Amino acid sequence: MSEILSLHQVTFSYTPEVAESRNAVDDVNFAIQEGEWIAIVGHNGSGKSTIAKLMNGLLFPQQGEVRILGKPLNEDNLWQSRSQMGMVFQNPDNQFVGATVQDDVAFALENNGIPFEEMVTRVHQALAQVNMSDFMNHEPHHLSGGQKQRVAIAGALALKPKLLILDEATSMLDPQGRMEVLQTVQALRAEIGLTVISITHDLEEAMLANRVLFMNDGKKFAEGLPSEIFSLGDKLVELGLDLPFAWKLSKLLQQEGVPLLGQHITEEELVNDLWTSNFNK
Amino acid sequence: MMEKMIFGRFLPGDSPIHKLDPRSKLIFVFAFIVIVFLANNVVTYAMLLTFTLLIVLVSRIRLYFLINGLKPVLFLMVFTFLIHIFMTKGGAEVFHWKSITIYEDGIRQGIFISTRFLVLVFMTSILTLTTSPISITDGIEVLLNPLKKIKVPVHELALMMSISLRFIPTLMDETDKIMKAQMARGSDLSSGPIGERIKAVVPLLVPLFVSAFKRAEDLATAMEVRGYRGGEGRTRYRQLKWDMSDTFALVLLAVMAIILFYYRG
Amino acid sequence: MDIKLQQVSYAYAQGTPFEKRALFDVDFTIPSGTYQAIIGHTGSGKSTILQHFNALLKPTTGEVHIGNRIVAAGKKARDLKAVRQKVGIVFQFPEHQLFEETVLKDIMFGPLNFGVAVQEAELRARKLVNLVGLPAEVLEKSPFDLSGGQMRRVAIAGVLAMEPEVIVLDEPTAGLDPRGQKEIMDMFYELHKKRGLTTILVTHSMEDAARYADNIIIMHEGKNVLSGAPHEIFRDTETLNSFRLEPPRIVRFQQKVEQLMNKPLSKVCLTEEELAAEIARELREERAEQ
Repeated sequence: MSEILSLHQVTFSYTPEVAESRNAVDDVNFAIQEGEWIAIVGHNGSGKSTIAKLMNGLLFPQQGEVRILGKPLNEDNLWQSRSQMGMVFQNPDNQFVGATVQDDVAFALENNGIPFEEMVTRVHQALAQVNMSDFMNHEPHHLSGGQKQRVAIAGALALKPKLLILDEATSMLDPQGRMEVLQTVQALRAEIGLTVISITHDLEEAMLANRVLFMNDGKKFAEGLPSEIFSLGDKLVELGLDLPFAWKLSKLLQQEGVPLLGQHITEEELVNDLWTSNFNK
Repeated sequence: MMEKMIFGRFLPGDSPIHKLDPRSKLIFVFAFIVIVFLANNVVTYAMLLTFTLLIVLVSRIRLYFLINGLKPVLFLMVFTFLIHIFMTKGGAEVFHWKSITIYEDGIRQGIFISTRFLVLVFMTSILTLTTSPISITDGIEVLLNPLKKIKVPVHELALMMSISLRFIPTLMDETDKIMKAQMARGSDLSSGPIGERIKAVVPLLVPLFVSAFKRAEDLATAMEVRGYRGGEGRTRYRQLKWDMSDTFALVLLAVMAIILFYYRG
Repeated sequence: MDIKLQQVSYAYAQGTPFEKRALFDVDFTIPSGTYQAIIGHTGSGKSTILQHFNALLKPTTGEVHIGNRIVAAGKKARDLKAVRQKVGIVFQFPEHQLFEETVLKDIMFGPLNFGVAVQEAELRARKLVNLVGLPAEVLEKSPFDLSGGQMRRVAIAGVLAMEPEVIVLDEPTAGLDPRGQKEIMDMFYELHKKRGLTTILVTHSMEDAARYADNIIIMHEGKNVLSGAPHEIFRDTETLNSFRLEPPRIVRFQQKVEQLMNKPLSKVCLTEEELAAEIARELREERAEQ
């Protein structure tokens, strides 16, 4: 297992000249290993999207450094580094460059000077990976939000990146679109072991990750397994997030006097506990 | 409202005209515009009209779309027709009433000019109806490529054009939405004195600009992240292919020009 | 003020080769003072429907009764302003409608259009900014200097300032974080309760429909296919699936518990609190029997 990307004491302020202003990102450290899925959660304005911009050199930190494949990110290796990272943004409409689906997928390939024959193969392959092959010649305004985001993922995959960053990529989608995108990401992880960082305030999405980074006011508030983060309980609500459904319900059940072994993160665990604590006697 | 707009719209299809390379179609239409001016008598105008209608037939486009394409220039057609009828003197007198005299030449000229308009509008409509806007952009980019030598930013212009085309439907939807939102807040764009109506455009334009700038910013970021840094070192995914049929189309036009030249008065 | 749709059909680009029908004989009544949810898959026609509630669209056939006003196909409708004042619509991403130099002016835009006096409009704005959970200082700021969530609240205040009797909400919480979502939904629910506002929520969220609505109308392929109280609608998973919808999470969980217990609970629960209480009651009964 090797390190794909890491942040070392990264601090960033949008207004560094104003002394009393709060840093958008304040002394953040973390590393992502090959094959991992990390979710960065936090309420709107907690600094999670700024982190995304720091990771691919749209912004540079005032202090600390971002390392990509072990090398510090700087002006010289910026474009090389960007080709290692695919990124999908929040608004599906505002990142669709091509006139049709296949043109859009090819955009990053064109930018990186990939020869034509190679492009054709990669475009077909990437669209197959996100299950959008039937839409090759569709124009963007005839696609649903979820479909557009899948095309954006294909556009990233075509470059064969080491890392896929989803910057609130599901927050503007309807439930079905959200499901499509998350299923696509899960399938890609199973298939090619893609490394993923997803920035989100959707807890169900965060639960799919291996590790969760919980941001608050620009600082890393907590980091751990989803189960560890979600057992913070009411602290999550206090800091603008929600509780997982199963956790809320197990708490309410215990308040109602239903015997349970503990509070649960997933529905499955809760159902199992209900069974063992109450029926299986 | 906006969905009724026909002019400049692309109708996908698989007629021989649809399949032509955008470059040959562009050259064809521009050459045709010049050739139209060769016609100057009944025979040559009749030939032009027949030639145009044949192309309409081959393109398998319903006349509905072509007639609709005429609508914006209809006024101009009628206007020039009338000017010619009343202003041209020569030939036999056809009609006389008080100070108004209409001559045979006037009628002939009027019909000629209207025919000229008709074939020009039909031909350009066929270009836009059978060629997707993005193919037209590709065609223009390649045709203008030599201009790069004199520092014309051909690639950037073409990219700008293709992105604008891509965002037209998005921005039209957006306009519609904002208009509805302001109407729901009591803004009235369709009645009242002209001053009021101009004022009513502000609540529409400001949000539209704000959102267009936001989109532009997002798009620029997305393009940068995907490695865009100008035209240098880029490869092309969209390839154009020149066929025998493209050469044939241009040869056909050349033959037409020669015939017109021969029969013109 | 009731809103009644009678045999309403609507086609976009009517009379051109691009004509696209979006609604087919939609027929329902929204009684005054109720909280209605309109649910449907994307493309089911729900956004077309909502534009009929205040005559932004006129039906191609059929008629819409808004209070005592009738907007009918083929008839010229005059003075729609009166209708639009009574039915406020909070569109999806309403912050996109902001345009004034200050928040205050933007909130006053609606009332002034409907002929409310300047002082009165300002008074409303000052009250509302508080109601939507913003500090009074924002009134003098430019709306474009606010955060996305704050802009959303300003836009909502701008619609409420018209003092409508009916409020139509089109995915009012899209893109907000969980806290923002809950705050906005709770605020509308409170308004509905306190002021007796007729509330129409157009949404994808089964959870919100289950939690807040008295009645749910389901749209599918341009028709209203099902209507009823949430606990009735969500009982029948199969029917919902046939409209490409799923019951809310809470109901799906209840079904799992019922499988476990091997018998149905006495009712379909719509909130976590309700379900917890119901399971507890069921378990107590079971123990008592033993």
